[in-house]
Amino acid sequence: MSTPELTGDVSPQQNFATAINMALDEALAEDPAVIVFGEDVADPQGGGVTKCTQGLSTKYGPRVRSTPISEQAIVGAAVGAAIVGMRPVAEIMLMNFMAVAMDQIVNHAAKLRFMSGGQTGVPLTIRTMAGVVGGNGAQHSDMVEAWFAHSPGLKVVVPSRPDDAKGLLLSCIFDDDPCIFVETLSLYFGTKGSVGESGQRIPIGRARILKSGTDLTVVGYGKPIVEALSVAERLEREEGCSIEVIDLRTVSPWDEGVVLDSVGRSKRAVLVHEAVQRFGVGAEVAARIHEELFGELEAPVARVGSAFTPVPYAPTLEAAYVAGTPGIEAAIRNTLG
Amino acid sequence: MDKSVGRQPENENEILLRIYETAEKIRYSDERLRTMLMSGQVRFNYYSVRGQEIIPSATALWLSSEDYVITTYRGLHDQIAKGVPLDVLFAEYMGKATGACKGKGGPMHVTHAASGLLVTTGIVGGGLPIANGVALAAKLRNEDRVTVVNFGDGASNIGAFHEALNLAAVWELPVVFLCQNNLYGEHTAVELSMAIPSISERALAYGMPGVTVDGNDPLAMHTAAGTAISRARDGSGPTLLEARTFRFFGHSFGDDDAYMPGEQKARAMADDPVPKLRTRLVADGGIGHERVEQLEECIRAEVDDALAFALASDYPEPTELAADVYA
Ligand SMILES: Cc1ncc(C[n+]2csc(CCOP(=O)(O)OP(=O)(O)O)c2C)c(N)n1
Ligand SMILES: [Mg+2]
Repeated sequence: MSTPELTGDVSPQQNFATAINMALDEALAEDPAVIVFGEDVADPQGGGVTKCTQGLSTKYGPRVRSTPISEQAIVGAAVGAAIVGMRPVAEIMLMNFMAVAMDQIVNHAAKLRFMSGGQTGVPLTIRTMAGVVGGNGAQHSDMVEAWFAHSPGLKVVVPSRPDDAKGLLLSCIFDDDPCIFVETLSLYFGTKGSVGESGQRIPIGRARILKSGTDLTVVGYGKPIVEALSVAERLEREEGCSIEVIDLRTVSPWDEGVVLDSVGRSKRAVLVHEAVQRFGVGAEVAARIHEELFGELEAPVARVGSAFTPVPYAPTLEAAYVAGTPGIEAAIRNTLG
Repeated sequence: MDKSVGRQPENENEILLRIYETAEKIRYSDERLRTMLMSGQVRFNYYSVRGQEIIPSATALWLSSEDYVITTYRGLHDQIAKGVPLDVLFAEYMGKATGACKGKGGPMHVTHAASGLLVTTGIVGGGLPIANGVALAAKLRNEDRVTVVNFGDGASNIGAFHEALNLAAVWELPVVFLCQNNLYGEHTAVELSMAIPSISERALAYGMPGVTVDGNDPLAMHTAAGTAISRARDGSGPTLLEARTFRFFGHSFGDDDAYMPGEQKARAMADDPVPKLRTRLVADGGIGHERVEQLEECIRAEVDDALAFALASDYPEPTELAADVYA
């Protein structure tokens, strides 16, 4: 089982975007097999719409390339380069645009290792941004990580802090299997933190305990786990509740050991993610908790996700769509009983 | 809108005046929206259509509300030209309950079925295959309806473009693929994303006419759109029409446009098609100064009233969220 890491004293240094830029830079410097491509990622096109790839094409030349607007061609080229030994990092600007490339991702990237009896592994990484940020509407806001987690062969990573973003992106790039690396847009520029030593990797599949506690365990990833942490800290301060907060960081394969150990002690669990609640990652985690700890639980496992609707545009509807801090707090209180 | 589609104003100056009326409505709406965004009075993602006004304004003369238009996030000009009422259009941009889509879609997803504005998509290339289905329905039902689907230069590099053109040609569908080539897809210049000089060349591969026209030239655009739309209407099948133009204000509101050579932008803006058309009307068009000014006054009043309506409208109630997910 993994050793839980506690939140250290993170000196404010890097935001998400710079952490990602640093990871790409280190990977490109370390291994000539690493190549980076996507729409507008090269410097003459601005170094990426959120500047994550800024400076890299200038430094690494043709290994960092802007592409036409052709998601199928982008992911397909990453698959092809990967099966002959490159380590491509493809950028699909927003997670909704992954839908355009689903055939290459699900029918090819995920399965070529298996279908070839192990001859052709697919060591690619797809970076993509996602999440509700205010007014981006139905085709630019979805979190669809469950689609990919439901596909055997893919790994799915959703970091919530700059240090995790950097360390996990490096692990994805040097992992021998296809990794979907999801960058939460709402966390991009707000959260800052130290990103650790150069070359420091964070293993795929290991959760991080953001806060320890004994009465209830909150498990999740992305923006809601950041919100859950602040709810848990406030409830502890004001009401003496002891809540453990676990950031999965990797959605597939997820860290069953840390989660089951924690819930085994606290006997109460609340699962949080921004994706719509129905058929979400939370349902899988809840099912595993019930399978392993059924007789020991003091309350049914609660799930918190977004409403089962497309992401609406109007601010009043968007606020009703996401659970947010009030939804997370209500589920925690309800589960505490 | 004119029911007798196809019958164009007899005199060239009247055609130009009709084009100007729509183009100026678009230009003024865009200007007002950008001013309101700048001041923080409203807040939304806005993909300015400034510089591209002539294309839909000239095309619209060949369309009635029975015909269909599909467009993209850069769609204000297409929406206005198709006749989407300005009050519900602006209300949708602002996410109000009175909006064309009850505030659920927003500026990237405007639909106003009554005007024939069927889909506004935020997914590059997403509209083209849909246009084929819309056109197929009209063909099978023997309806006199043409479908015009608008998209950018960048979209012609998406697989959906190629699949859609092929299918439309094979099925001889009444559709016009109207590519508004503004020379950039986001921050990438068109010559960096394709190895051929003009997008219309791609039509050859699918067996339909491919035409490139100066989309900022009102009469040339009017003629080219007329040819393509008439072809669709008389059952001869699809056309790929590439209208060359330029976007004055970058990809989206607030973007920096350092990737664009300043001289290219300055040249395009100096050749602003809307005031140029106005000058032509007044100077050698024989349309009196007063008539143009009166028209502009009406346009300003209509746009300002619609904006006031949108601003004064309420946001939808949170309970509205659950509605419209399923029938
Ligand atoms: C499938 C898909 N990929 C990427 C994007 C992001 N994106 C939005 S607009 C745009 C540029 C499109 O360029 P073009 O087709 O020329 O249209 P224009 O914006 O110039 O009108 C891109 C890349 C998207 N919306 N959909
Ligand atoms: Mg373009």
